Amino acid sequence: METLQPVTGLALILSSAAKIGAVFTTVMLVVAYTTLAERKVSAWLQDRVGPNRVGPFGLFQPLADGLKNILKEETYPARAARLFFILGPMLALIPALVTFAVIPFAAPLPTPWGVVDMIVADVPIGILFILAFSSLGVFGVVLSGWASNNKYAFLGGLRASAQMVSYEVALGLSLITVLMLTGNVTLTRVVWEQQQMGFWFVFPLSLAFILFVISAFAETNRLPFDMPEAESELVTGYHTEYSAMKFSMFFIAEYAHMLTASALMATLFLGGWDIPGPWDDAFWYQGQLIKGFAADGSVLLAAPSVLKTLVTLVAFALKTGFFLFFYIWVRWSLPRFRYDQVMALGWKVMLPVALGYVMLVAGTMLVLDELGMRSGGFAYGLVLTAVSMMATVGFVVFLDRGRTIAGAAAQRAQKVEIKTIPSPAGD
Amino acid sequence: MSGAYLPLLLLFSISVVNAVGMAVATHVLNPYRPTPQKEMPYESGMIPLGDTRARFSVKFYMVAISFIVFDLETVFLVPWAVQMRELGWSVFVAMLIFVAVLAVGLLYEWKKGGLEWD
Repeated sequence: METLQPVTGLALILSSAAKIGAVFTTVMLVVAYTTLAERKVSAWLQDRVGPNRVGPFGLFQPLADGLKNILKEETYPARAARLFFILGPMLALIPALVTFAVIPFAAPLPTPWGVVDMIVADVPIGILFILAFSSLGVFGVVLSGWASNNKYAFLGGLRASAQMVSYEVALGLSLITVLMLTGNVTLTRVVWEQQQMGFWFVFPLSLAFILFVISAFAETNRLPFDMPEAESELVTGYHTEYSAMKFSMFFIAEYAHMLTASALMATLFLGGWDIPGPWDDAFWYQGQLIKGFAADGSVLLAAPSVLKTLVTLVAFALKTGFFLFFYIWVRWSLPRFRYDQVMALGWKVMLPVALGYVMLVAGTMLVLDELGMRSGGFAYGLVLTAVSMMATVGFVVFLDRGRTIAGAAAQRAQKVEIKTIPSPAGD
Repeated sequence: MSGAYLPLLLLFSISVVNAVGMAVATHVLNPYRPTPQKEMPYESGMIPLGDTRARFSVKFYMVAISFIVFDLETVFLVPWAVQMRELGWSVFVAMLIFVAVLAVGLLYEWKKGGLEWD
């Protein structure tokens, strides 16, 4: 049986070009249709109809919005710093579009010329690249807020920078636990380790998942963390002075960040393109595409197929789509925080908890290694799940502190009587 | 492995061209008829009072400084995290001390009121 080889030469160049084109187009299309989905889901949650005039079910609405924004008049505030004012939206948009490149989106695809990895660039720095580039987005926000020379925009930019740097610490620390379990920073390896363990990391690292989701919401400036654009306080925050396509660019950047964050949550904690079971497992191990190891340590070769690639692609899209929906769902479920609450949560809760959790997971893993479970596997995941569950329950109980959940439970136990207003005596 | 970065560079160039293209397209295609009212900063219809380049709260600087400290800590944790299982207990204890030192720093800042927003 001939071993599977990665594509080389001309086929590699052509396949890479095709992947870049496909990913860029898909990101732009998904962003466009997420804006429509946002309005449709918002309408649904509020019992309205939503956009339904442009095309069937309003499906051409993003197209119409784009066209309108290109043809609208641009305004330049007289006192704005022209150069930075124009540079701002570009700086916000560029990093948002690039970060998707290191996320694997399907199982490797076999072709007559070799196996094509379903990832734009499988660079050895993986997660670090995403951390670096996604934090570059804050420059565009701060710069445009400052350059607008508008008090609201300036305050929005400042708030955005303080909030984004505060939650980046917790975001980075929650990722540390994932790195410990995978022993590598590439996202292909993250997916592979989840397949090998038989656990998606959302279970053995449940608290890291919660911290990551909260931080990602803060990083993308989405409700309940949308202080930089709180319209009741700051008009629309840092992009108050922007109109036409420049406003659109901020919009695209925000949704592209949302898409990348959703894809990251799916990849890091929900197995990426993985479908439970060994059916689709595939990873490059010492030049061979394998799906696992036999009991005696020999490798089991993977059997990639076009069907597997397509099915895993759908699985990845569904997981990412779920988190995109979750973003919109949360937006209409939770009210906006006060700014001091945002900062207090970031520094006094998220940071210490993340630090403690990193050391807890590290200690647990070393103890498990001592006990002779070095090879990892299902039992390893089970113990980590139990430890993480206890940490998560403790975290939730601490956050709740007898308020929402405990309060509601107590209320139900008391069987609160519904008091009616007594009617006047003469009635 | 440097070949792995080439697609990244290409995607980056496409994004730059796309961003610049959008800015240029909107500049070329739309009308531009400025009036003094349009060029005024938008502050809910009020005539703007004072200058934007005013002083602002020192807290934002405090957050930035704390961020540098703790983000660097994260950076130092990354290489240890990927090699954690090979390095074993002695390095674990060393990292525990490292984290404890920073935790004391955080506690100090907290008690000094550096994290209070009001």
